[in-house]
Amino acid sequence: MKENQKLPEIVVSSGSMKINKTGSWRNLRPEIDYSKCIRCMICWKFCPDACIKINKEGIKLAPRENLKKEPAPEIDYDYCKGCGICAEECPAKCIAMLKEKK
Amino acid sequence: MRLTIPEEEVLSSGHLACPGCGATLAMRLALKALGRDTIVVIPACCWSTIDGVFPNSALGVPVMHIAFEAAAIAASGIKAGLIAKGNTHTQVMAWAGDGGTFDIGIQALSGAAERNDDIIYVCYDNEAYQNTGIQRSSATPYGAWTTTTPRKHPKQEPKKNIVDIMSAHRIPYIATATIAYPEDFVRKFKKAREIKGTRFIHIFSPCPPGWKMKEQDTVKVSRIAVKSCVFPLFEIEDGKLKINIKPSRRQDVRDYLKLQGRFSHLKEEDIKRIQKEIDKNWQNLLKREEAHEG
Repeated sequence: MKENQKLPEIVVSSGSMKINKTGSWRNLRPEIDYSKCIRCMICWKFCPDACIKINKEGIKLAPRENLKKEPAPEIDYDYCKGCGICAEECPAKCIAMLKEKK
Repeated sequence: MRLTIPEEEVLSSGHLACPGCGATLAMRLALKALGRDTIVVIPACCWSTIDGVFPNSALGVPVMHIAFEAAAIAASGIKAGLIAKGNTHTQVMAWAGDGGTFDIGIQALSGAAERNDDIIYVCYDNEAYQNTGIQRSSATPYGAWTTTTPRKHPKQEPKKNIVDIMSAHRIPYIATATIAYPEDFVRKFKKAREIKGTRFIHIFSPCPPGWKMKEQDTVKVSRIAVKSCVFPLFEIEDGKLKINIKPSRRQDVRDYLKLQGRFSHLKEEDIKRIQKEIDKNWQNLLKREEAHEG
């Protein structure tokens, strides 16, 4: 019962489930080929785990010169569950689902 | 880069949804549209587990977990409390599954709608009691497999038309939305935020384990559902119906059915019956829109 007394009375609603690193659930690992990525952010839009971050600095590898400084999607492997929606929806087909290594 | 939906993430990572969950993507988009000045009420449904283990929560807004039948009335109560305290800006959103809306929660929802309580009621419809092990609900469509309607005896009754039920309550705003059209989805929630009274939003929410489909097909199935008119996108504002997306060439319902294992046992005559039902509903919708325009 002592344990119960330590608990707060209400749900701590600040997105505190971040302690739960769901990346360990993954069987398939999405990898973005930045040399084909057109920075459309469709993968970011459709991620149910909100684990595709927007890298504002840009990534040097890009199919065109003007895309190098554009914000680029970056997958947070701590939380990605590997559902593959990003790879399915990617119009440039630049996300590959690879088998996860231990 | 121009983002077509708000950038801020209110829903955090680390939640307990299955990979490829449609309901989670729906919540992410809904909170993007509504913002942090929102209180969410969740009855028993998938989302009561997705949200996380007490005292943690994946939502960046206050959450109240409530009994199965009480989502609408709890939201009404919270809104009344906020108004008593002089807070008129915070939105209260009840977020229930199809079981908590079509079956168990319908009396509370009907009561709130009749009083026109100032809440947003969202039903994310995954067409069965997925959280407890895929039992049939009144939202399960004709012919579908569930654990209580096995392959030899699939569901014989068509899906209940919840939007017509809500429309009969004459509430100010009703809309249907799907995650395959995020811009349309966000626009509807933003619009709902500006309207006073009961607002009802019906979301089509694919469930990979319950529908026996591939995890990566969640968005694809939602898109085909709109293009084949299985789940048309429309909104009803003050009784006026407007269809948002009219597919120029309607996709065959087979494209929708073949992606899901829960329909794999269907015979040709069953598929024809489903197509007929869809055609009828679509024609009714078109007629209704025309009547309102005239």
